[in-house]
Amino acid sequence: MSNAISISGLEKHFGHVAALDGLDLEVATGEVHGFLGPNGAGKTTTIRVLLGLLRSDGGDVSLLGGDPWSQATELHRRLAYVPGDVSLWPNLTGGEVIDLLGRLRGGLDEGKRADLLERFDLDPTKKGRTYSKGNRQKVALVAALSSNVELLILDEPTAGLDPLMEAQFRSAIEEDREKGRTVLLASHILAEVEALCDRVSIVRKGRTVESGTLDQLRHLTRTTVIADVTADPAPLRSLRGVHGLKVQDHRVELEVDGDRMAELMSSLAPLGVRTLVSHPPTLEELFMRHYQDGENRE
Amino acid sequence: MKSLSGTGALIRLFLRLDRVRLPVWALVLGIVPVGTASAFQGLYTTEASRLELAATVTSNPAFTALLGPMYDPSIGGLTAWRIGTLGSFIVALMTVLTMIRHTRDDEETGRRELMGSTVVGRQAPLAAAMTVTIATGVIIGIIITMGLVGLGLPLEGSMAFGAGFTAVTVSFAAVGAFAAQLTQAGSTARGVGVGIAGLFFVLRMAGDVAGSDGLGWLSWLSPIGWFSRLRPFAGERWWVFALWIGFSVAVTSIAVLVQSRRDVGEGALPPRPGPARAGAGLGSTTGLAWRLQRGSLIGWTAGLGVLGIIYGAAGDSIGEMLADNPQLAEIFEQMGGTQTITDTFFAAAVGIIAIVASAYSIRSVLKLKTEEDSLRSELVLATATPRSRYAWSHLVYGLAGPVVILGVAGALAGATYGAIVGDVAGETPRVLAAAMSQLPAVWVLTGATMALYGAFPRLASLSWGVLAFCLILGQLGQILQFPQWSLNLSPFTHTPMIPAEDFVAMPFAILLALAAGLVAAGMAGFRARDTPYS
Repeated sequence: MSNAISISGLEKHFGHVAALDGLDLEVATGEVHGFLGPNGAGKTTTIRVLLGLLRSDGGDVSLLGGDPWSQATELHRRLAYVPGDVSLWPNLTGGEVIDLLGRLRGGLDEGKRADLLERFDLDPTKKGRTYSKGNRQKVALVAALSSNVELLILDEPTAGLDPLMEAQFRSAIEEDREKGRTVLLASHILAEVEALCDRVSIVRKGRTVESGTLDQLRHLTRTTVIADVTADPAPLRSLRGVHGLKVQDHRVELEVDGDRMAELMSSLAPLGVRTLVSHPPTLEELFMRHYQDGENRE
Repeated sequence: MKSLSGTGALIRLFLRLDRVRLPVWALVLGIVPVGTASAFQGLYTTEASRLELAATVTSNPAFTALLGPMYDPSIGGLTAWRIGTLGSFIVALMTVLTMIRHTRDDEETGRRELMGSTVVGRQAPLAAAMTVTIATGVIIGIIITMGLVGLGLPLEGSMAFGAGFTAVTVSFAAVGAFAAQLTQAGSTARGVGVGIAGLFFVLRMAGDVAGSDGLGWLSWLSPIGWFSRLRPFAGERWWVFALWIGFSVAVTSIAVLVQSRRDVGEGALPPRPGPARAGAGLGSTTGLAWRLQRGSLIGWTAGLGVLGIIYGAAGDSIGEMLADNPQLAEIFEQMGGTQTITDTFFAAAVGIIAIVASAYSIRSVLKLKTEEDSLRSELVLATATPRSRYAWSHLVYGLAGPVVILGVAGALAGATYGAIVGDVAGETPRVLAAAMSQLPAVWVLTGATMALYGAFPRLASLSWGVLAFCLILGQLGQILQFPQWSLNLSPFTHTPMIPAEDFVAMPFAILLALAAGLVAAGMAGFRARDTPYS
């Protein structure tokens, strides 16, 4: 299957600041791809290069098989975009903006438009200036999701939504995934990415630091283990791959590298395990660890 | 007072935000009167030469319409006449725009909410904005007073002149505060504030032209008209300040009252719901641009249409005035008859309309920048809209809008004058042609704005500086005898003074080519650069 988005070694400078410094990103057709990174990592810059708004300073970018700068107009017929900070025309109603953007893209699915307005509980008769941040985002989301396009590029689309609306957003994306739409989802909300995304790329300071399925990423990181043991847990200290061991009477809490789990289990068993809780790293832990390690290295 | 807490911090914030803008305003508005007085001193050294200038000026109602009455042919009196009324109007505009920028704009964008969550009282932003604006007015007043005294002009008149500008600032700070209360949109507030300033200018224009008889009292209804009634350098009437103070206190009180009764972010006038679906017209960038531009196109056309009618009506007063004064009429007839005088007047009038039409043109091209700064352009450019089509959708207003505005204003001026002298069919096309002959110069400014926006978007606001430069050259260049090469820098110098002069094709062609080149450069720049620009 071909890639909807294929970026390698992308560079973009603003004056002397390198916003993107050799970023790579592969999004397969039909997948929902999480694009993660802290503020200022280069997510929005990458998206603007993909949209042909910014010209890249180096590297290769291919979008839906074309060049995002020179073929911008043709490619834009096949995608819809929701910016992170949606600003609407103060005098246009939400309904007018949805129709306008739909027509500029080349058509709206009327049924979907009505359905999404209902699900997002959005009043389309209000003027742009009277909407809250969340409602402005809903306007852009309804316009994008009800467009007949093959690729959605969403830049932190749920930052202003309440949990109920976020759930509606997730179910709408699930439906799109089933229909085979490709989604690039830049996000901060890790639970959302964890629930929706097939694959994830993590960027930091303009570079991709991790990319793969969530399982692959988890494998590279540590699992948390909490156990109650009857014997003295001291032998665990000498094990390789064990980190952050905390012993409180007979309660042991530790993190273990993904590929050392078997050794840990065989060392734990002789200690007389009464209870054992183990959970894989959440995306949040994975994410935090990556960033904290990154900070510490510098 | 709790409602004022945080005012000091906001004042510091506003000063920081306006650290370039307000000093430039204050310097320009302070120095232009002083520079003008100094130039008058150099040019009109003898009493006789000043009397001669005064005689020419007071005999022409067009000057009175634009600049107000002249009371005294001294250097100070000439300066107060030349700068006072028009300067008051510009001071009023600056003040209203500054006030709204720091009040309603902050509310509309939500910056006010951010401030409101800190220790900032309900009335604090308004109080801070007024303090900063009025302080600018005080500085302008001090610069003028000290400058004029420094030139050796009488202390009393210099103080009246400077304090008069300060009083105008105070009055229009109140007008701005009031306009900011009405609706949620900063753009509407700006429209209301600028409209009020324009109304006061037109009121005094009508009153000044009428003079002592009939409608002369209209000038007394206008805080801009009060400046000439203050009579700096011509027997100052200090009690006029009481009018300004009363006006400012009353209008500010209304603004404060409205503000204390409404919610932050809301206007006194409630917003109405709109259509849930877009009409057939709103399906393209062209339709979107029409929605965003139509209000201002209609407003500017209507405003300049009214100005055209006023000019048309004033054109005939020249003939009447000559009928009353046989000796003067004889002189004019030797110069080529009354037709020439009226023609010169209309050529000057369409020149002023053209400057205002240029302001409209710059504003409508800079709408592209507003859209880009607010990131709304991104929504459109991420759809199947080529950049060039998007840019043209707004640029077309910068080019075709002045055609509409100059066409309507010129036709109305000609028709009004024609109706009075009984030759509508003859006068309408003559004045209309005069107005249209200004288009190439207007388009050079349109092109310059597009070129700046396309290639150097950060500097796009400089196009206002270009307009101010042309305005100063056009308005003061002749009377202050600037060297010809400097006058030549303004495109308006090169348009023929139709109907007073004949049409000449060459400068037309050159201006058109220049405008086209600038537009093309701007377009090429916009298509090649990053957006949003960094």
